[in-house]
Amino acid sequence: MSAPRLPLHRRLREYGLDSVTLLVIPGVLFVLALFIYPFFYGLVLSFQPKAGDWLANYRKFFAEPFLYDTIGITLAIAVPATLLNVVLSVPVALRVRLLRRQRLLTTILVIPITLGTVMVAEGLLTYLGPRGWLNRTLLEFGLVDSPVRLVHNYWGVMLSLVITGFPFTFLLTLSYVTGIDPALEQAGAVLGARPRERFRRILLPLLAPGLAITLALAFVQAFTVFPSAILLGAPAGPTRVISIVAYQAAFEQYDYSMASAIAMLMAAVQLLIITLLLAARTLLFRGPASSGKG
Amino acid sequence: MAVVSRDFRELRLEHVSRDFGQFHALRDVNLTVRRGEFVALLGPSGCGKSTALNCIAGLLQVTGGAIYLDDQRLDELGPEDRGFGMVFQNYALFPHMTVRRNVGFGLVTQRRPRDEIARRVDEALALVRLETQADKLPGQLSGGQQQRVAIARAVVVAPPLVLMDEPLSNLDAKLRVEMRAEIRRIHSMLGCATIYVTHDQEEALSLADRILVMIEGQTRQIGAPEDLYARPETIDVAEFMGYRNLFESDAETVAGGLAVSIGGARMIGTPVGAIGARATVAIRPDDLRLTGDGRIAATVEIAEYHGRDFYAVARMDDGIELYFRSDTRIAVGDAVRLDAAPARILVYAA
Repeated sequence: MSAPRLPLHRRLREYGLDSVTLLVIPGVLFVLALFIYPFFYGLVLSFQPKAGDWLANYRKFFAEPFLYDTIGITLAIAVPATLLNVVLSVPVALRVRLLRRQRLLTTILVIPITLGTVMVAEGLLTYLGPRGWLNRTLLEFGLVDSPVRLVHNYWGVMLSLVITGFPFTFLLTLSYVTGIDPALEQAGAVLGARPRERFRRILLPLLAPGLAITLALAFVQAFTVFPSAILLGAPAGPTRVISIVAYQAAFEQYDYSMASAIAMLMAAVQLLIITLLLAARTLLFRGPASSGKG
Repeated sequence: MAVVSRDFRELRLEHVSRDFGQFHALRDVNLTVRRGEFVALLGPSGCGKSTALNCIAGLLQVTGGAIYLDDQRLDELGPEDRGFGMVFQNYALFPHMTVRRNVGFGLVTQRRPRDEIARRVDEALALVRLETQADKLPGQLSGGQQQRVAIARAVVVAPPLVLMDEPLSNLDAKLRVEMRAEIRRIHSMLGCATIYVTHDQEEALSLADRILVMIEGQTRQIGAPEDLYARPETIDVAEFMGYRNLFESDAETVAGGLAVSIGGARMIGTPVGAIGARATVAIRPDDLRLTGDGRIAATVEIAEYHGRDFYAVARMDDGIELYFRSDTRIAVGDAVRLDAAPARILVYAA
């Protein structure tokens, strides 16, 4: 004798599906329309080159040093900038955690994010330029004989990435740091561990999963650098990042297919790095960073 | 790199104070803890007892006075150099380390050889009966087990002094009584001096050799549990030690004690300190006996059944409430007669 079959909506509810589930539809449509569709459109477009077979764009990219070098150039900017931002964020966040006026400092640090890269780039251009305040001051005090070149090269882009990227990594890191129960460090101290050892054996392992996420997000931000690479860098040479060649392909040569191929390669590099980071993260402890049942 | 010697005679707090801005969390606290002694810091929440413990541990700087371990001045050392064991209120177990590595942490920072660490961690885990849980993470343990790990981690380094900050407050009532016995067992096995912070007078009475009652950052009384229970020196200590019946009365010195008036009845009490014409009378609910010929007349207003006995509130003719305990069934509205022995009626200056 079989049990009476429940009506369909009751059976669906067993799986967590009911009328409330319908509320995800706008979100799903949004993601489909603005993310999934453009992505696959670009992917398909990249396999439809203006000339040659379906892989012609990719073959062209890897045949011309002028194009494939951009991966290396971009990584050479994005990786150090990301690491620098995250490595700087940790000690600053550890210190800020103890401050009472945290909100003021946090506000000051958030300002560069709200200003946007272009405005920061414009500001840096004047400030760091050969006739900017910095160089004038250095010359005035005789610290240098000729103006230091800090813009229209690698360092200009680097500085801009640190200024706009640091607040982002700092805020993320701060939230991870404040999630760690201060009693854990105290326990470490009472057990004889000095600050370095406490950092290495208690804080760092508990922070590491969060830092992996921070690294991944900061890397994506830095890898897609565009405005500052043009405004503050040397877009014809040392800071000829991958987004510039994608732009040129699309809007100077009107080769959308090639531009899509470059964009796909950008995505592939980012995906590779993020996969590596997240794979490393699975090896780490990911439980709550506090203790006890509370 | 002054690591404190394992063996010691006494820990002394001399005029220790700690201010937070304008707030005096700790004022002129003096205490001597001898080797092997179990001392409880007892007081209501916010009285400064945890501040005192953190000052001893080195987690807080003192703003006045000094702390000595025998002849060595401690308050200028960081927590790393004091070599004490500490059990935190929320246990503060390292969530990313196994039980074994948590317990071994203090030995690793001392750079002990690997085989010595393994042996001593095993001993400590056996002491707290957690041998079978050694390779679990703290998150996989129950509250009581986490508590045991915290104790093992604190005692494995053979510290001269173990500090415990309300270690049982996160446990349920049954477990609390069990762990209390466990702490006493471990203390008697290891014999390490212990300073134990609690707001639970029952815990302090049952565990400690001596109790320091702290109120508003000041020491109110230091003494053996029996003394504190039977003869609190001040009215606020009496209140904290469970003398729930507190009321004002006229006082008159007579042969055999001090005559006070309780609900119109003239009773003989025991004076604590010098008493003027007005006094405060303190009686424990347990010390009020329900007898037919009792001199205090009252009417029961609240009666709570507590299993073996009743806790009740009765109002006397003059409107004052009396808390008392009864072995026999009583009901709201009953007219009762109560009495108390002179030694159990404490009289303080008003």
